[in-house]
Amino acid sequence: MRPVIQVLKIRKSYGRTVAVDEVSFEVHEGEIFGLIGPNGAGKTTTMECIEGLRRPDQGTIAVLDLDPMRDVYKLQNRIGVQLQQAQLQKRIKVWEAVDLWASLYQQKGIDGEHLLAQLGLSDKRHAWFMNLSGGQKQRLFIALALINDPEVVFLDELTTGLDPQSRRAIWELVRGIRDRGKTVFLTTHLMEEAERLCDRVAIIEHGRIIDIDTPESLVNRHCPERTVVLDTENPFAEERFRMIPGVGAVARCGSQFTISGRDDDLVTEIIHCLSENQIRVTDFRTILPNLEDVFIKLTGHTIRE
Amino acid sequence: MLRLNGLWKLTWIELKVFLREPLGAIGTIVIPVLVYLGAGRAVGRRLSPNSLVNSSFMRSGLPVLASIVIAFSAVLSLITIISIYREGGILKRLRATPLRPQTILTAHVIVKLMLTAATLTLMVLLGKRYYPVDVHVPLFSFTIALLISTLSIVAIGFLIASIVPTARFAQPIGAVLLYPMIAVSGLFVPLESLPPLLRGIARVLPLTYAVPLLQGIWNGDAWSAHLADVVALTAAFVFYTALSAKVFRWE
Repeated sequence: MRPVIQVLKIRKSYGRTVAVDEVSFEVHEGEIFGLIGPNGAGKTTTMECIEGLRRPDQGTIAVLDLDPMRDVYKLQNRIGVQLQQAQLQKRIKVWEAVDLWASLYQQKGIDGEHLLAQLGLSDKRHAWFMNLSGGQKQRLFIALALINDPEVVFLDELTTGLDPQSRRAIWELVRGIRDRGKTVFLTTHLMEEAERLCDRVAIIEHGRIIDIDTPESLVNRHCPERTVVLDTENPFAEERFRMIPGVGAVARCGSQFTISGRDDDLVTEIIHCLSENQIRVTDFRTILPNLEDVFIKLTGHTIRE
Repeated sequence: MLRLNGLWKLTWIELKVFLREPLGAIGTIVIPVLVYLGAGRAVGRRLSPNSLVNSSFMRSGLPVLASIVIAFSAVLSLITIISIYREGGILKRLRATPLRPQTILTAHVIVKLMLTAATLTLMVLLGKRYYPVDVHVPLFSFTIALLISTLSIVAIGFLIASIVPTARFAQPIGAVLLYPMIAVSGLFVPLESLPPLLRGIARVLPLTYAVPLLQGIWNGDAWSAHLADVVALTAAFVFYTALSAKVFRWE
């Protein structure tokens, strides 16, 4: 199966600043692929090269077997795009925007009214763009990106600036897009978003891709450490914990123990040890590393710095 | 067919969006018409039929000047809209669809031409009482001449729209670049009496050809007498459009 998006060694600089440097990756049909990294890492530039809005200085890109530069109009018929910080005419009505967009594509897309209903915008159909809330604007942009029933949907910093509730609602929408068989390519600097939404992610920094995989595999590969925090008054506990196979460190703070190790079976082994030695615990929780930890590990700083 | 469909929809929406703006219709249509009528009332009473009215400036200079000023204000408003759309990312969003860039710009030009036409039509109809325009003025031909002239000014407008840094500067920069063109257009001062440098500048500006064309057609000249002007205006249109297509920025 050919990948839906194929990016090979693209490079793009603005003056002396190299925004994207030798970036290569593939996106498969039916997956949600996330390009994650801090602001200014080259996410948007990469995405806009793939959409045919920018010409890379070097390298090749194929989207649905089309060249985004040469076949830009053919391509734009088959993809849906949501741009970062885009605006519409202040006084365009919601239904007018949907109607206009529907008229721009060759194929008959999705029914606009149905789409607005799905996105919870039906009662706003006569509202002016300028009077919509941030979440409503974002949902309208998703509607415009979906109106032509595209095969690939591009979403750039989809939920930036939204409250957690709207954010979750939009994640549901994006999963719905994938569940209908579409491919989704998105960028985000929110690790939680990438972790919850993406099937695979590429971590990008300073215009270079550092690693690509499923969020789970990235965590396993770069942050294999498991940590268990538990509370017990048992005086022999510490000694027993140290004997558990795979344990790296045991730290104690009053009655609270923090046990960490690299073994996948660490949690099982600890539970086993607790039950075998009849150690009573009043609290027990596991701390699993996440993408945020992977990012810190790989770049030496948090994504916001 | 499809592209025409998109063009028609976009034009219609842009027209509606413009008219929804506070002062949109009032500023472009009502105020110019009122000023025109007001001036007519004030001046008209004091003029006897055979005084100033018959001076050559009143006969053909004033209508030509008025038409140019109206065309300029349409082009200025076009420059402003384009820079606002660019700054807000609207142009970029439209470009990420199968819409061709030229379709987007054409829609805006059509909207401006429609508004200009509405303004001028109202002036002619409502102003009949105050401006006893010679019935022999060929209004249809004059409209065509004005259309040709406006299009070549629009092409310069696009060039200006390509260079204005932000929407805030669009109106002032546009005005500073456009209005001085009237001074070297030959409307007030004959071209021959200009210093050589200004004459050189005048020669590449479309207004220099628009003025004799508009004046001539207004006075009843045949089109054949102004073939050179039409050719020059067309050339200017093609040249400035090509140039702005090269330097135009979408974001």
